[in-house]
Amino acid sequence: MQDAVTQFPWAIVLILLPLAASMIGFLLPRLAMTLGLITAVSLVLAVTGLGWQIHYIYDGAFQHAVGGWGAPLGIDLYADGLSLLMLTTTSLVGLGVSVYSVLYFERQQALRFWPIWLLLLAALNALFLSADIFNLYVTLELLGLAAVTLTALQGGKAALDGAMRYLLATLLGSLFYLLGVALLYHSYGTVDIALLSERVEATPAIWAALGLMGAGLLLKTALFPLHFWLPPAHASASAPVSAVLSALVIKAAFYILLRLWLVIFSPLGEGAASLLGLLGAAAVLWGSLQALRQTRLKLLIAYSTVAQIGYLFLAFPLAGAAAVSAWSAAAYLLLSHALAKSAMFLVAGNLLHFGGHDRIADLDRVVQRLPLTAGAFALAGVSIMGLPPSGGFIGKWMLLETALQQGRWDLVAVILLGGLLAAAYVFKVLGHALTEADVMHEPRTVPKIMEWSALLLAFAAVLLGFLAVPLLAWFDVSEVFVISGAGP
Amino acid sequence: MSTAFAFALVGVGLFALGLFALMVYVHLLRKIIAINVMGSGVFMILVALAKRSAEATDPIPHAMVITGIVVAVSATALALTLMLKLTAASGRARFTDD
Repeated sequence: MQDAVTQFPWAIVLILLPLAASMIGFLLPRLAMTLGLITAVSLVLAVTGLGWQIHYIYDGAFQHAVGGWGAPLGIDLYADGLSLLMLTTTSLVGLGVSVYSVLYFERQQALRFWPIWLLLLAALNALFLSADIFNLYVTLELLGLAAVTLTALQGGKAALDGAMRYLLATLLGSLFYLLGVALLYHSYGTVDIALLSERVEATPAIWAALGLMGAGLLLKTALFPLHFWLPPAHASASAPVSAVLSALVIKAAFYILLRLWLVIFSPLGEGAASLLGLLGAAAVLWGSLQALRQTRLKLLIAYSTVAQIGYLFLAFPLAGAAAVSAWSAAAYLLLSHALAKSAMFLVAGNLLHFGGHDRIADLDRVVQRLPLTAGAFALAGVSIMGLPPSGGFIGKWMLLETALQQGRWDLVAVILLGGLLAAAYVFKVLGHALTEADVMHEPRTVPKIMEWSALLLAFAAVLLGFLAVPLLAWFDVSEVFVISGAGP
Repeated sequence: MSTAFAFALVGVGLFALGLFALMVYVHLLRKIIAINVMGSGVFMILVALAKRSAEATDPIPHAMVITGIVVAVSATALALTLMLKLTAASGRARFTDD
């Protein structure tokens, strides 16, 4: 009996539950929304259960051989601190977006939204639980196709155009990644990440594999200068979809890159790490400047994503000397950006619903009329800027500290300048939201539940600032190094 | 040079050709075909590299290719549908700004 509780396969629930709910949702559209909400709540519980198991039962890393086959022949599920971080981020943002979507979509759109959204959740969870590079490819493709379909759901020229660009970019990225997989498999005879880490050595084949997989994943993560597809897709999709794309989908590609880097590629090169850091710094500056220039709120938020993704890559050149603190900073930034950015896109959805447009200059006294929504934007802005006490502050502070310790003044300057620019574009929006616009418009009422779900996500991003110590222990990214050495 | 290696080189050639076409042509159908040519290139490399010695052939890359083909078919179906929808909405089978 006790075994049944402690050994309950939470990880499998994380994949099968949204998948089954999605299939039922396709067949019985009337049940889809109810199923979606139940699934979203259950996923939070399942992730908590898995986290508890990882810490108290499995001693740091969970592993499950699907069908009893086991690697290298079968497919393994695997979860450690880093996977747990991604799964938790997914379940929290997923819950917020699900609650928001109940009233956001019109009836006809909702019938299509829920099954695909559940499919996307299943793909994300499967991706974060995969232990081999080919399974990662399959889940990456599932994720890409679901994400493109959600983008196109909005209909209209802009969204279809954005979705088409997104589809071509994501397919191209996947093909580069798959070519890298082919090279690694040919050289080392396995696709299992742990086995690869034991066998890998510096040969031309692995350099080519790193280049190909890196290029494909950077395209999917939208790191500068490969971000060209992101603003049109993220800005034209419907608000809950944009939130998910910015908060979770691009992070999935980053997760794969990080996992491969930590376990397989990191012994190979300082040069590659410096290049990633350089691109990250360029992304921070370029994305922030572009965000400042935008006149439409959703485009501003989309370019802000380009900038914030850059911060994650600043950890690569710093990790050589101080691995744990650099990666912890990146992990914390990733989590707080996911929460804050999804809140921002939901706010944009509320404003679009309220005034029928998202032109920043014409935001008419939103603060007085939609105080909860404006509050959500301000709180999310605090975390994006990296002001205390927020999750964004903790992440940026740890990154800054690591950069200072290593005397990387160039990176220190980029981190500080990025924060200033972020403050500039957040206050640009808030300034217009406080004042009366020239153009008056007939507002529509925004359902309270849509305001509250945005506010709670933003609040969670700020709350992270108070929970840094327990959360960093819970999402122990340093576990990854232990496993990379020994192999499970 | 073995036959397998020659096939792998052809695969690399197809991949490069597809990438070139994807970037150069503006018509969406051409772009979709270009992606498919790139995919075929990758599959060909996988199959060619599976032949490790004269007598033994590794079956795992073949399984990968079959999975890859399933993915490619569904992705192509989605791309074609999107292209038709976009053509219906904008009147032209190309991106709006080029």
